[in-house]
Amino acid sequence: MANPSQLQAHKIGAPLMNQIKLKGVPILQQLHLEECLLRTSSHNWCIINQGTNHPTIVMGVSGKPAELLKIESVLCDQIPVVRRFTGGGTVVLDPSTIFVTFICNKDAVAGLQPYPQPILSWTGALYNKVFQGIGDFHLRENDYVFGDRKFGGNAQSITKNRWIHHTSFLWDYEVRNMAYLKLPARAPEYRLARGHLEFICRMKDYMSRSEFISRTIEAIKTHFSLRSAEAESIETSASFAGIQVKPDNKEFYSIGERLNIY
Amino acid sequence: MASRLMWASRAASYLRISVFHRGFASVVKDLKYLDSHEWVKVEGKSATVGITDHAQDHLGDVVYVELPEVGAPVSHGSSFGAVESVKATSDINSPVSGKVVEVNEELNNSPGLINSSPYDKGWIIKVEVSNNGELNSLMDADKYTKFCEEEDGSH
Repeated sequence: MANPSQLQAHKIGAPLMNQIKLKGVPILQQLHLEECLLRTSSHNWCIINQGTNHPTIVMGVSGKPAELLKIESVLCDQIPVVRRFTGGGTVVLDPSTIFVTFICNKDAVAGLQPYPQPILSWTGALYNKVFQGIGDFHLRENDYVFGDRKFGGNAQSITKNRWIHHTSFLWDYEVRNMAYLKLPARAPEYRLARGHLEFICRMKDYMSRSEFISRTIEAIKTHFSLRSAEAESIETSASFAGIQVKPDNKEFYSIGERLNIY
Repeated sequence: MASRLMWASRAASYLRISVFHRGFASVVKDLKYLDSHEWVKVEGKSATVGITDHAQDHLGDVVYVELPEVGAPVSHGSSFGAVESVKATSDINSPVSGKVVEVNEELNNSPGLINSSPYDKGWIIKVEVSNNGELNSLMDADKYTKFCEEEDGSH
């Protein structure tokens, strides 16, 4: 039986991935951070954000509010609506959503072609390890499901040399928030015209939050050498000292200061 | 299946496309190619740009195209727009530097043209080229074909 040193030894030479753990960071700021890291960093990143601070609707890059949302309710309840830079559909996110994001160089995973389906399959295999033996987990079309009920939605953006794959996991959700969404015209086949509440399920019925995060981190470590970008989870001001980014307009700034993450 | 192959051969002949029996993506002989799978057709100072059959095949059904503004600058190897396919947006990079003089507005209503006709009706932008010298760094059809074979073979 291999001892810990032998097990760790095989990780020598594994690509490095920087891990950022956040808590309650607003989804708009998380998306700003992600796009910044995708476009201006040359490192691999994993971001885990436990919940956004306020219920927020997030549409994919081509989302049209009139087609996807019950606009009157959204306006009446003053729910923020954000368009993200990745593809995919519309989700309602809140403090019970868990976000896991991978931002990688295209050669970070040996043998992985930087196209949507291979990336999705790779993440599906990673989460297979996380949910092994739990609740009939699998990747179905482009979603993570238990049985035929979706609990994780995915979206990606692929540039010349890098890609991002981010997932919003419904650890829990408010029934009333789902009422802001119309039935989308583009839906996976397995949805079979089910309404939102018959289509989705809560991850908390299958696994605790802390167990999900620790299992996810262990699964990531089978591919990458993981390094925390900060010592502990962030609940107040984020400090990203030492991480300098250079966006296209040639200004240097610290991610934390610029994005005012708190 | 047989009639589809016959149609494909006729279409290939018309468009001067090499068709590979193993079902590889088609490559057009007179175009130049970037290693990020965009093609360019240059006629004097004018260039037409799109994504290749290899790219559309790997991306899946295109549902939205983010087009640049007419008049926007483009530069060799840099992103000028994006395509969305199901859950992913993918950058489109320009093989040439210059200025956008026309965009394919048809793609707003029919983004699937990129899948069904990547080298013809699925063209994306037309560019007034500022540096013809950059064309020398692009791949010709044979080199691009080999590039795709190596890329697919290594994964």
